[in-house]
Amino acid sequence: MMGDLKKTPLYEIHLKYGGRIIDFAGWALPVQFTSIIQEHRAVRTAAGLFDVSDMGEIEVTGPDARSLLQRALTADLARAVPGRVVYSPMCNHQGGVVDDVLVYCLADDRFLAVVNAANIEKDYRWLADLAGEFPAAHVRNLSDDIGELALQGPRSAEILRRLTEANVDALGYYRAVENVDVGGVGCSIVSRTGYTGEDGFELYCRSADAPALWEALMSAGKELGLVPAGLGCRDTLRLEAGMPLYGQELDDRRTPLEAGLDRFVALDKGPFVGREALARQRAEGIRLALAGLEMVDRGVPRTGYALLSGASEVGYVTSGSYAPTLDRHIGMGYLPPELARPGTEVGVNIRERVAKAVVVELPFYRRKKEVKP
Amino acid sequence: MNGFPSGYRYTKSHEWIAVEGKTGKVGLTGYAQDQLGDITFVELPQVGRQLKQGEVFGVVESVKAASDCYAPVGGRVTAVNGRLETEPDLINRDPHGEGWIFQLEITNAAELDSLMDVETYTRYVAEQGEKG
Repeated sequence: MMGDLKKTPLYEIHLKYGGRIIDFAGWALPVQFTSIIQEHRAVRTAAGLFDVSDMGEIEVTGPDARSLLQRALTADLARAVPGRVVYSPMCNHQGGVVDDVLVYCLADDRFLAVVNAANIEKDYRWLADLAGEFPAAHVRNLSDDIGELALQGPRSAEILRRLTEANVDALGYYRAVENVDVGGVGCSIVSRTGYTGEDGFELYCRSADAPALWEALMSAGKELGLVPAGLGCRDTLRLEAGMPLYGQELDDRRTPLEAGLDRFVALDKGPFVGREALARQRAEGIRLALAGLEMVDRGVPRTGYALLSGASEVGYVTSGSYAPTLDRHIGMGYLPPELARPGTEVGVNIRERVAKAVVVELPFYRRKKEVKP
Repeated sequence: MNGFPSGYRYTKSHEWIAVEGKTGKVGLTGYAQDQLGDITFVELPQVGRQLKQGEVFGVVESVKAASDCYAPVGGRVTAVNGRLETEPDLINRDPHGEGWIFQLEITNAAELDSLMDVETYTRYVAEQGEKG
């Protein structure tokens, strides 16, 4: 079974560091190296290093590149200058989410869309089809050639500073620089982005260079508390930060408005795929809204569990887990908007037993912003 | 993975039972807790409940997932480890001792013969490891 899985360029490194390998969307990746809770705490207090090479990279170039992406994505890229990173849902014509992506504007005619591992082929075909209307836009799937590491946690900048001449501190949130030498490895992109709710960086390099980049970061960061971090804490960290995961909070039936991603939907930017459906939904109102849940009774809300108001089923859980930073069980789920207000009590059907939960504000966890020196 | 207690009996689903007279103490093995990872919630059986051999007696949830736990033999639940309600990670820290889950009065001691001894269980776990 494991033999059929795709391996990232860091597979051997994961074995070396004692990673427990699991099947993640067809990829052999470590769920943990020591313990999910320990790795989670390390990322909140010091730093963790993640292999995110399974993510896809789709390059869009040419004079029509920006127009194609403006059509495909719900967020507005009009003011995205080179060096800017933009998060955006990508919708189908019904307003459902095809994927949620990170778009790097590298030049006025050159963009890189970073997409979820499970959606690489689907997204590539979706963009390539849309490109039919934009003859001067070229779409290329570079996923196999690019390795990606995520360095996350409050000490990330300090670690990166030890390995590069680049001005790490001047790099703002959701900003990127190209062609940076990090510990002797040429990184095509370094950006101040991440999926943990902490400060941090994502580094892109050639696949073949990913192991050297990993080792350089580990040796520079070890004495600052940097640990290798697996998929397990990636999920608990993003859950505490209230960030949606494609396949759970987002899918082709739920819209970004239902998921609370309104600020990434620019209905007034001009035509884009899904705009009519989303404009209609905004006018008529949504029937489900993503809510944060905190367990009152003992129990763990898990993906797919029914949410109840009184005896009637009114929604469902999309994600749930123990939250190490908060030391309680939390989750996210879809509820009718009138029940998705903080303070509302709902039931979670846990193995035919109804456990009480309360709706809370998202995110569950927000880091304290550091004062810029 | 070494150090399964030698006097205990083991199931294929990785529960252990330590028998003293007619009473059995039940828990999860060190192998099980290692596979589950950080345990954050334990659903204990009701005291007085009558369990059949192989019946689900409770659920252990780790950060990763929820797992059913099965009664190694049939019997009536006489005590539960209440500490697990506030310290579920006792199962991670001391799976064969302080992390016990419940005690039962064994209905039919002959059912113990269907369980593995420590040598057999140790080999069984080694094979599980090879399958990945």
